Amino acid sequence: MGNNHLVLVERDAPVAVVRLNRPDARNALSDALMDELVAALTDLDGDGDIRCIVLAGDERAFAAGADIAELAAATAVELYQAPRVARWDAIRKLSTPLVAAVSGWCLGGGCELAMTCDLIVASDTARFGQPETGLGIIPGAGGTQRLARAVGKALAMDMVLTGRILTAHEALAAGLVARVVAREAWLEEARRAAGEIAARAPVAQRLAREAVDRAFETGLDSGLDFERKALYLAFASDDAREGLSAFVEKRRPEWKSK
Amino acid sequence: MEVEVAREGTVLTITLNRPDKLNAFDDAMHAGFRDALRAARDRDVRAVVLTGAGRGFCVGQDLASFADGRDVGSLLRDTYHPNIRALVALEKPVIAAVNGAAAGAGLSLAMACDVRIAADSASFVPAFVNVGLVPDSGGSHFLARILGPARAAEWMLSGRRLAADEALAWGLVSEVVPAADLPARAAEQAATLAAMATGAIAMHKRLFDVAARTTLDEQLELEAQMQSAAARSGDFAEGVAAFREKRPPRFGG
Repeated sequence: MGNNHLVLVERDAPVAVVRLNRPDARNALSDALMDELVAALTDLDGDGDIRCIVLAGDERAFAAGADIAELAAATAVELYQAPRVARWDAIRKLSTPLVAAVSGWCLGGGCELAMTCDLIVASDTARFGQPETGLGIIPGAGGTQRLARAVGKALAMDMVLTGRILTAHEALAAGLVARVVAREAWLEEARRAAGEIAARAPVAQRLAREAVDRAFETGLDSGLDFERKALYLAFASDDAREGLSAFVEKRRPEWKSK
Repeated sequence: MEVEVAREGTVLTITLNRPDKLNAFDDAMHAGFRDALRAARDRDVRAVVLTGAGRGFCVGQDLASFADGRDVGSLLRDTYHPNIRALVALEKPVIAAVNGAAAGAGLSLAMACDVRIAADSASFVPAFVNVGLVPDSGGSHFLARILGPARAAEWMLSGRRLAADEALAWGLVSEVVPAADLPARAAEQAATLAAMATGAIAMHKRLFDVAARTTLDEQLELEAQMQSAAARSGDFAEGVAAFREKRPPRFGG
């Protein structure tokens, strides 16, 4: 366990679990919490032994949104000048794969934070929504952009304009989450998914992740071009030699991250 | 009070209490039922009995409340739906002690429970079609599962009243007892279930709830996730210890 009280860190290399820890506020994403979160994630990202990070809330809530009291007190220019955007960008730029483990409420900024992760493992209790327009504001950290890319325009509009909240199984059918798991096992299953990610060739994982992300940034031709070049780079890694040899020799590969 | 709640040990009994209306739902009874279901969520409550006061179990919506021109879809979404969902979501066994007529949404309500025991005076009435309505409050969902879709549809559109012995033969209820014995029999069954491993029961409920719509592969995976959680629980440790020591287990739930 780390010492930061708004965010708890459990290291069990090659996986680390980072837990939002404002249970009384349903893990509302205050500035202070986001600061600690970014610091914890950046720290783990620099740790070569950590190959995958699980980002979790608690059983009741992943995060129920921004800290509304904090938001209400700010002016537009303060929001513009605040390091908020830099924090979200910092999470986006991490090179360690992130698995969001979602149980309970995952709303507004919470849903945006989960979507910033590489994939979402959801408890059957998870509920996803972007209710911002009910407060006279709109999502501001990807809640219109990543959501539309994940679930398509029709459902994104339904969620953003009517405040419709998706159940875990609806989110699975819509492509927002990768796995729905029993509520009793939500964190264990996210750890298990992270373990699967961490067990595979690190250089290849990083390149593959960049290539999938590229699909949402570019046209098909340049995406395919990027993919092909990423393959050549992966092919040049020691891990590729090791992985291909181990397959032929019918043994388990030992990765060197090189 | 339109809904009475009585706690005895770890068993909570919810009694629908508008006996002069055969426990038809009006706004106050919906609200009372919502509060009762909230009380049932208490971790120390490990089994719930749902029954009716007087001659009826529940005959669904009080027709007097249709007179005010309210949209029925909105009425359902605002009142029955949250309560049916809350009932089904309870992570503990729910026993319907069907003391009398269960009609319309009252029939749906009985079917939403996990176990049904009926008095020999009970009857089951798919009242909807007789007044030109369709099943609601989950009736078509639960009955299709309990009876199979063919028999459920045939019965619902016949509108035919089913007596307790026939309901037993169909598997609509698991037991029929003399009316005077129903409260004691329901209490006995509830106490038995309340003493069991409540966490495991909650998982049983969800496993069987989803089984109708999952594939074998999905169900195998869900069983593995739940089993690994169950195997980490104190109740499993107690169950194993009790078995070894040849004594009855004392589950903490």
